[in-house]
Amino acid sequence: MRLGEAVRVAWEALRANKLRSSLTMLGVVIGVMSVVLLVAIGSGARSEVTSGIESLGSNILFVVPGNVSFGSTPSISRLQLDDVRRVGDAIGDPRRVAVTVASGEIARVGARRYSVNVNGTNENIPLVFDRTVSRGAFLSASDVEVRRRVAVLGADPAEALFPDRDPLGKTVAIGGVRFRIIGVLSRVGNTLGVDRNKEVFIPVTAAQRLFGVDRIDAVAVKAASTGDIKAEQRTIREVVSTAHPEQDFQVLTQEEILGVVGRILSVLTLVLASIAGISLLVGGVGVMNIMLVSVSERSREIGVRKAVGARTRDVLRQFLLEAVALTVSGGVVGIALGVAGAVLVARLSPVPAAITWWSVVLAFGVSVAVGIFFGVWPARKAARMQPVVALRYE
Amino acid sequence: MGASAVVTASGVTKVYRLDGVEVRALDGVDLVVERGDSLAIMGPSGSGKSTLLGLLGGLDRPTSGSLAFQGRNVAAMSDDELARVRNQVVGFVFQSFQLLPRTSAAGNVGLPLVYRGVGRAERRRLAVQALESVGLGHRLGHRPTQLSGGEQQRVAIARALVTEPAMLLADEPTGNLDSRSGEELLELLARLHDERRVAVVVVTHDPGVAERCGRIVVVRDGRLAPGGEVARSAATGRYGPLGTLGRPPPRTVAPDERDGQETSG
Repeated sequence: MRLGEAVRVAWEALRANKLRSSLTMLGVVIGVMSVVLLVAIGSGARSEVTSGIESLGSNILFVVPGNVSFGSTPSISRLQLDDVRRVGDAIGDPRRVAVTVASGEIARVGARRYSVNVNGTNENIPLVFDRTVSRGAFLSASDVEVRRRVAVLGADPAEALFPDRDPLGKTVAIGGVRFRIIGVLSRVGNTLGVDRNKEVFIPVTAAQRLFGVDRIDAVAVKAASTGDIKAEQRTIREVVSTAHPEQDFQVLTQEEILGVVGRILSVLTLVLASIAGISLLVGGVGVMNIMLVSVSERSREIGVRKAVGARTRDVLRQFLLEAVALTVSGGVVGIALGVAGAVLVARLSPVPAAITWWSVVLAFGVSVAVGIFFGVWPARKAARMQPVVALRYE
Repeated sequence: MGASAVVTASGVTKVYRLDGVEVRALDGVDLVVERGDSLAIMGPSGSGKSTLLGLLGGLDRPTSGSLAFQGRNVAAMSDDELARVRNQVVGFVFQSFQLLPRTSAAGNVGLPLVYRGVGRAERRRLAVQALESVGLGHRLGHRPTQLSGGEQQRVAIARALVTEPAMLLADEPTGNLDSRSGEELLELLARLHDERRVAVVVVTHDPGVAERCGRIVVVRDGRLAPGGEVARSAATGRYGPLGTLGRPPPRTVAPDERDGQETSG
């Protein structure tokens, strides 16, 4: 029998039992749909993380306490302001070193309240992280030096707290302490789910006083150029670990952070896809079940086909194609629903979702494979029927 | 003679195993069907006549003994080769018609050609031709359920003939038909036999049907009954008119050769 003919026969057999075929397909549809959707969400998260980390700027090195890897818990930093000076001296350019000590606080202006991420930092943020002010000015070296109570607002708190006034020169209460507003930052994108437009920058010295700490959370260094990243990474590591022999530090490049986060996301995506894969497996068992029923129901048809000259392999191919047609139709519908679902999720929810071509190809391939795997046994059963026996079957 | 033999059975035995019990369905049967023969196989229920027909049609293999189609022994054939015999040498007509229920008359008739790799258009053309030759040119698109029993059986005959086989095997072809449709069907078989020189082998309970055949063999307990094979004196192969129904199975009867036309030697 020709292949095209066999495909047509398989398709007609499925259409003859529309309800049964659709219900059987449903298992595969749900399985494939979940695989496509979950992989899309996983890839979406990954690309958001990537672009988020890249949007921080370029050639940035992060000095963080502890051992950043999959499964580690954050440790309390022992970095102090002295370390910022040491790092600046070591790389020969203190202007490329930014610092942060952060905390979530409520900012209040009159009766208006707004939840913000307060970042205690120095004057180098605009250079290191490519930030610009839309109004006023950023913190200066002397603001940090004399612990001046001044603040630069992110775009969101500026709009929320001063909906119809110019915030410059006004005061904002942060954690009960009044700060004079000297600048407003330009709007930027999200990074790792942190809305950078919700930040408020104050001098790091003032922040330490406000939070009641003498540590800093992290140091960020913008390398002189891409080619200097490795060398400066080594220099910084040496300086910091000499100063703090008692604690582990890591000096990470953006790429390394991407790698760590990427691995976490890969594992998550894999776990989610495996769970979805199990439902695909269950769908496959349903296909096998229905094919077995179909084979015994259609024994006479098999007998007739054999009586008029169908060979074993013709019958095998017919029933195998039928199973594959079931799973492939289910796969195509599942892919369509998965893609539609991913588009909806991306549009209507904060969860990112990006369809990747390989997940679609994979889902299609898997549905073909499921059809073959779960179709072979019933098809062999059909193909091996003795024509005399099959014809007698009532 | 040997060259024109469609199927040759010698010492053919078929043993089934049913729940561990051996059942000897056929026991040493010798039979030759030649091109242009018309042969009736008679016998009581369970005598083994359907088993014999299944073997003659290549649906099954003998347990022992030799069975050869056009000189080629089945024992030396692969399953695929036996399938080719069913496709090219033999045409089957069943008591219960055995048409594919969801397929049109033309589709059913074209089915054997599917397994020959004949293209769709050519299949359609040959199926239409075959259906016209059985008088169903106006029922091409009808499904089996939309046809009467007699029409369904004629579709089955068209399906058996579309491959131009050397031998037509019919298992109680009139068993599920009323007497008038049965009569029409027998006329059709007779005409096809005459026109195409196709060998016709009919398993039947009906002596009236058997009488129309050139030869009658009677199977009892898996053996051809002694003297059971009755050769016609004169030319074989021409059906006579329907005999009287209800007569006991003819044992040594050689009904008159009313037309006397010689079709084979």
